[in-house]
Amino acid sequence: MIDVQNLSKSFGSHLVLDNISEHIHPGEKVVVIGPSGSGKSTFLRCLNLLETPTSGSITFEGREITDPKADINAIRRQMGMVFQHFNLFPNMTIRKNITLAPVRTKLMTQAEADDAATALLRRVNLEEKADAYPAQLSGGQKQRIAIVRALAMKPKLMLFDEPTSALDPEMVGEVLAVMKELAEEGMTMVVVTHEMGFAREVGTRVLFMDEGHILEQDEPHAFFAHPKQPRTIDFLSKVL
Amino acid sequence: MIRSLIDWLDSLGPRLYTAFIEADRWKLYLQGLGTTLELTVVALVFGVLLGLIVAMVRTAHDQQRPGRRKNPLLGLVNALCQVYTTVIRGTPMLVQLYIWTFVILRAERNKVLVGFIGLGVNSGAYVAEIIRGGLMSVDIGQTEAGRSLGLNYLDTMRFIVIPQAFKAILPSLGNEFITLFKDTSLVQAIGGMEMLYYAFTLGGRTYDFMPPLIGIALLYLAVVIIFTWLQGKLERRLRQSDRR
Ligand SMILES: Nc1ncnc2c1ncn2[C@@H]1O[C@H](COP(=O)(O)OP(=O)(O)O)[C@@H](O)[C@H]1O
Ligand SMILES: [Mg+2]
Repeated sequence: MIDVQNLSKSFGSHLVLDNISEHIHPGEKVVVIGPSGSGKSTFLRCLNLLETPTSGSITFEGREITDPKADINAIRRQMGMVFQHFNLFPNMTIRKNITLAPVRTKLMTQAEADDAATALLRRVNLEEKADAYPAQLSGGQKQRIAIVRALAMKPKLMLFDEPTSALDPEMVGEVLAVMKELAEEGMTMVVVTHEMGFAREVGTRVLFMDEGHILEQDEPHAFFAHPKQPRTIDFLSKVL
Repeated sequence: MIRSLIDWLDSLGPRLYTAFIEADRWKLYLQGLGTTLELTVVALVFGVLLGLIVAMVRTAHDQQRPGRRKNPLLGLVNALCQVYTTVIRGTPMLVQLYIWTFVILRAERNKVLVGFIGLGVNSGAYVAEIIRGGLMSVDIGQTEAGRSLGLNYLDTMRFIVIPQAFKAILPSLGNEFITLFKDTSLVQAIGGMEMLYYAFTLGGRTYDFMPPLIGIALLYLAVVIIFTWLQGKLERRLRQSDRR
């Protein structure tokens, strides 16, 4: 589904991603872990071109998205992204947050988008919040809305950048539950997280990043039972 | 002491009569106030349009993707915008008005028109900086969320960034309106017939400056107070989405 070839990214002289090649298959749930500053967010953000790679190529469904002539907006419509800090639009109601993009990109009419929003809100048990503003919601509610806002575009792939890191502990569960349900429905997902339980339970593959490299990867059970690299062992001993 | 106070109060009636009632002079003040308000509104609209363009150019220039080749035309226009804001903000308003009147638009007889231009160009430079600050104050995460949903740059600006920036800059924009409203009195110096012009002329003709000057001072004050009240109401309405 996504093919990454020799991806490098520098900010000024600071090399953040060092020649990464990776392939993500349809239906996979790839969990990315690693110490802070290792380049996890940058890697994820390169996948939908929120960061422009310094070199290398990324191909999504057979189209090279790093080609300067590629239609970035059309590509992004097929990839949802969920941010650590939710990034709901504070100037709009929840319904408008969800319907704005599908309507403006002509994916749906306003009526269709309203129906879709109602269905999506029902799915995360937040139907009664349709006319509320983001400031009136708790963190967990905001993040569930942010997930369905991305889903309203009917993406083929979902990217999550530490979706539970800004939440109070008692709200982590409700967000992970929505993500788990999404995984069970077969969505292709790339998730940066520190929730090792989620990685173990939902992930089909775990990538460990360190200093701009994917140092080690495996299917979750093997990964957590038998980490090979000293850096991985050291990291896991701190977070588990 | 008390005697002279009583004399002064005694004379006040006739002085007020001469300044405002006689020969329907109050109509002249209202006419002047009309021109003053017109100057303010036209200059502000002109200033906001100019400021919006300058702010968009400067923001677009600063947001060019690092690493890619910079657009040379944008670079040139950006440099011009920078010169404009620097020159306007670095020179006195009255000097600018004199330059428009006696250097650039020497042939123009309509001094109010020159006032529109001088005030508008001046205001544009300040409004540009206000708008630019407002656009920059909106969290970059908002733009990223919009773009990640597949919205293009213009839709992201129009529906997400500009409405939030507008709310953030409304107080500064209101202050700019008030400043501009008071600065219209400088147009008197180039012969524009606004409120101060009439007050000054009438004061000269009746040999009594106190009633007309205090009178228009109160008019300026009243407009500012009413405007500040309206602005407060609008801000409270826009804050609706912050309600918890
Ligand atoms: N926009 C940026 N400008 C400069 N440096 C950045 C930028 N974004 C990230 N970095 C740097 O890149 C490195 C990797 O960051 P990031 O991908 O956010 O790591 P992680 O998500 O693993 O914590 C960090 O050292 C960070 O300071
Ligand atoms: Mg990160």
